[in-house]
Amino acid sequence: MIRFLLALLLLAQTANAAERVVADMSQSLVSITANFDGTAILIFGAVKRNSPAPKGQLEVIIAVTGPSSPVIVRKKSRILGIWVNREAVKIDFAPSFYAVASTNPLPEVLSQVEDFQRRVSIERMIRSAESAKDTKKIEKFAQAIVRIRDANGLYTETGGKVKLTEGTLFKTEIALPSNLVEGDYLTRIFLTRDKKVVDEYQTTIAVRKVGLERWIYNLAHERPLVYGILSLVIAIFAGWLASAIFRVLRLN
Amino acid sequence: MQIYLPIAEISVNAFLLLGLGGLVGILSGMFGVGGGFLMTPLLFFIGIPPAVAVATEANQIVASSFSGVLAHLKRQTVDLKMGLVLLVGGLFGAAVGVQVFKALKAIGQVELLVTLSYVVFLGVVGGLMFFESLRAIRRASNPNRRKPVRKQRNWVHALPFKMKFRTSGIYISVIPPVLVGVIVGVLAAIMGVGGGFIMVPAMIYILGMPTKVVIGTSLFQIIFVTGFTTLMHATTNYTVDMALAVLLLIGGVIGAQIGTRIGLKMKAEQLRILLSILVLGVSGKLAFDLLLEPSELYSLDVGAPS
Repeated sequence: MIRFLLALLLLAQTANAAERVVADMSQSLVSITANFDGTAILIFGAVKRNSPAPKGQLEVIIAVTGPSSPVIVRKKSRILGIWVNREAVKIDFAPSFYAVASTNPLPEVLSQVEDFQRRVSIERMIRSAESAKDTKKIEKFAQAIVRIRDANGLYTETGGKVKLTEGTLFKTEIALPSNLVEGDYLTRIFLTRDKKVVDEYQTTIAVRKVGLERWIYNLAHERPLVYGILSLVIAIFAGWLASAIFRVLRLN
Repeated sequence: MQIYLPIAEISVNAFLLLGLGGLVGILSGMFGVGGGFLMTPLLFFIGIPPAVAVATEANQIVASSFSGVLAHLKRQTVDLKMGLVLLVGGLFGAAVGVQVFKALKAIGQVELLVTLSYVVFLGVVGGLMFFESLRAIRRASNPNRRKPVRKQRNWVHALPFKMKFRTSGIYISVIPPVLVGVIVGVLAAIMGVGGGFIMVPAMIYILGMPTKVVIGTSLFQIIFVTGFTTLMHATTNYTVDMALAVLLLIGGVIGAQIGTRIGLKMKAEQLRILLSILVLGVSGKLAFDLLLEPSELYSLDVGAPS
């Protein structure tokens, strides 16, 4: 319901917006093959105007969101001299990948209110239903997700990476790391002026396993018993083969 | 050369995996252990999700053990009868172990229990083996000393249901080998290992089997227990990564062949003391990690996509 209202609101805004985003990217399908080692996607576009540009600095924010899943965050503490998992918090919604790039650092181009409504910064992407109970604690655990995924190259927030030319043309490159999860990656482009969003554009990047990767993955999930037996057959065959090869080598 | 693993969903260097497989394979062939107690922590270290590492490692151990057991079968150093008795206990133990693993995973303590089992079991087994081998080497280097006679009769011989194991040349109750099998099976499922490191000493010190048949028999039993574990993981958790397993086992089976030949050239005492040092090393490292304050106190347990 809220989403629907937001969508309506958005529609109303874009209808009478003086500036519109027109965008495209170098590839809308990322194929994960056996030798996939991460990739970079070039996202580019232009600002379409019906009338001369209004006053104020125009800024562009580009955010790419990977599929989300609930995460249980555990914190270790010292018990009887050893470090063990003690506290745990379930975060209901955390994207597996999140990259946000902008023409200038995020706090300078987007107001807190807009960030809260549209969920642009990484912190806003992580949500928990438990948050009503103990906000401080939840926040600390949510920060741990950001810290760990940041270290793994899965979360990035870069101000100044979007290049805007003459207030009209923009482009940026979003790096997709090798530990990518399959799914649809929502790509949002925001135009802001005086920290307020003037237009939003959405599209998706499809990340899919293909070829052998696809076949193995499907077999493992659709026919697990066959897959398990096949794994064993390969293992036993490889074991026999190595033994046979070494026997021949020793005879010569 | 980078390769994307379809189930683990990460990209790793293929040569790194081949190398790790080979290294652990050599040790596996030398000592008759599956090598899982080394490989599983190594896989965690290079970033493979623990659930995938444990399940895939079981699959890889099948290959290296099979390769190793063929060499032993040819030299008739496998006690098939003893292997089957151990296996009965092993399959039961593995089934129990998987249930224990599930229960612990739900409360987030699986990591602690796996680590603690590693520290305790590897520490005790490694320590016992180390001192025993040291004594044996001292005796060997001092020929004037009387060679001790292995204790022929202990509590093991007082139990009923005796059975003759011709290859091992022993006549004992089936209860101790079945129990050893159960314990090894439970550990195999919880720790993601074949269990050779505990079965080998148990066979020597509890069952009184001769060292030369111990390794072959242990490998024989491990094939079936890990094969069973692989199937369980594949059908319940979908965590066996075929691509990862193939890379590890190519390195592993070659390594195991080399290792078996190195092992034949070494004396039993030397072999045991080396294995004990290795086991103690892994145990010490894990104990140290438990005591040291981790640089990242938090860890993530990712659920199914929403």
